Amino acid sequence: MHEPTVKELPAHGVRAERIEKRLGGNDVLRGVDLIVRTGEILSILGSSGSGKSTLLRCLNLLTVPDSGDIWVHGEKLAIRSESQHGGQAEILDHRQVRRVRASMGMVFQSFNLWPHMTALENVTEGPVLVKGIRRNAAADLGRHYLAKVGLSDKAGAYPRHLSGGQQQRVAIARALAMEPRVLLFDEPTSALDPELVGEVLRVMATLADEGRTMVIVTHELAFAREVSTRAAFMHRGLIEEESPSQKFFSSPVSGRLRSFLASHR
Amino acid sequence: MDGFMLQFVNGLKTTVLLALVSGALGMALGLLAAAGRLSRWRAVSVMVGFYTTIIRGVPELIIILLIYFGGTVAISAFFGRYVEVNAFLAGVVSLTVVFGAYTAEIFRGAVLSIPTGQIEAARSLGLHPWQAWLLVILPQMLRIALPALANQWISLVKETSLISIVGLTDIMRVAAIGAGSLRAPLTFYLAASALYLALTSLALVIFNLLERRFAVPGR
Repeated sequence: MHEPTVKELPAHGVRAERIEKRLGGNDVLRGVDLIVRTGEILSILGSSGSGKSTLLRCLNLLTVPDSGDIWVHGEKLAIRSESQHGGQAEILDHRQVRRVRASMGMVFQSFNLWPHMTALENVTEGPVLVKGIRRNAAADLGRHYLAKVGLSDKAGAYPRHLSGGQQQRVAIARALAMEPRVLLFDEPTSALDPELVGEVLRVMATLADEGRTMVIVTHELAFAREVSTRAAFMHRGLIEEESPSQKFFSSPVSGRLRSFLASHR
Repeated sequence: MDGFMLQFVNGLKTTVLLALVSGALGMALGLLAAAGRLSRWRAVSVMVGFYTTIIRGVPELIIILLIYFGGTVAISAFFGRYVEVNAFLAGVVSLTVVFGAYTAEIFRGAVLSIPTGQIEAARSLGLHPWQAWLLVILPQMLRIALPALANQWISLVKETSLISIVGLTDIMRVAAIGAGSLRAPLTFYLAASALYLALTSLALVIFNLLERRFAVPGR
């Protein structure tokens, strides 16, 4: 018996191969390989500028990689790589990308709620517009997920009347209401005041306990250590080290990871 | 003066109709132009940029004259005999072109003031770009643009008076004829001023109502 190689993986989860991305003249990603198996909670750590957010955004093509391949639930995303003659990389099958995005919830650093809609409307528009769920059914669904993030009483509130922690929990409910197969978190607590970080992390820990597939880009090392099954450390556009969470945090191999962990204690 | 009452009423109708038609068409043109200016296609963006820059940089009066006389020359050439362009039509075309250029810039600025993260959130849920536009951009953009649009509409009402130069019998032309024939310029121009002021005040009231009606909730 041997460890399954990338090609032999079952047709689920997310996998990225040789992802390259240049942004503003910098090589942000330099040929990254990443696998996220179903049920796995992968934390991606690294100092700012290491490419971890860009890598996450490549998984649902909010950022289109210059080259490389991405599979989501066994389906290869149709992208045209950047050509030698300066042609931009681009999405070839927009319908496919919309379908794949609907199956991958994303939570942003800056919440990105729509300010002209109530919390409930923020949560229900996705299911209505993308999945064609009827409005009343979607409202029930929305209330269910608002309750799940502890905000049943805020359904009618507009984002500007919510604290940052509450806004981020609405944003999590918005992602959950699509009933996605994978959740992507892009530094979900980095924009929050310290006293509001805990409420968001608690919601995320609940989701982790449910066995959801999650990819978390974060600076919260203690949290990553607690909830993730696997962790990856990025440095200058490459994954420097990647291992099961236990091993990653207790016996890191790379010197850079060791000093990173030491400096973020 | 009595005989001019009826003429003023007709002039008022012409002015209001001209403002409403060219305002509505101009806003539609402005929305299209703003979309073009923000488009990924560089050629479209550059062309729309030329349009808004040139139109905003040339006096309205000259644009009106160019369209009136240019239109007459073009149509006469087409029919092979002299055809004079209808003054109202020339007014609608030139004011639409002008209004479109100004509102395009207003709409563009309003769209750009919406944080891109909100669009990304919509895209991350799998929304079609059109859905994201209707759900996220349009309602917020119109609210942001309302105060500037109110200003532009007031300018438009006043600019309709320029069309009298090519013979349109609007408030301005009635006043000019009356002022000349009855030798009472002050009376007639004051009367015209009162009519324009009434129209622009009405526009202001309507826009105030709109701003209140579509105020960002919860603010």
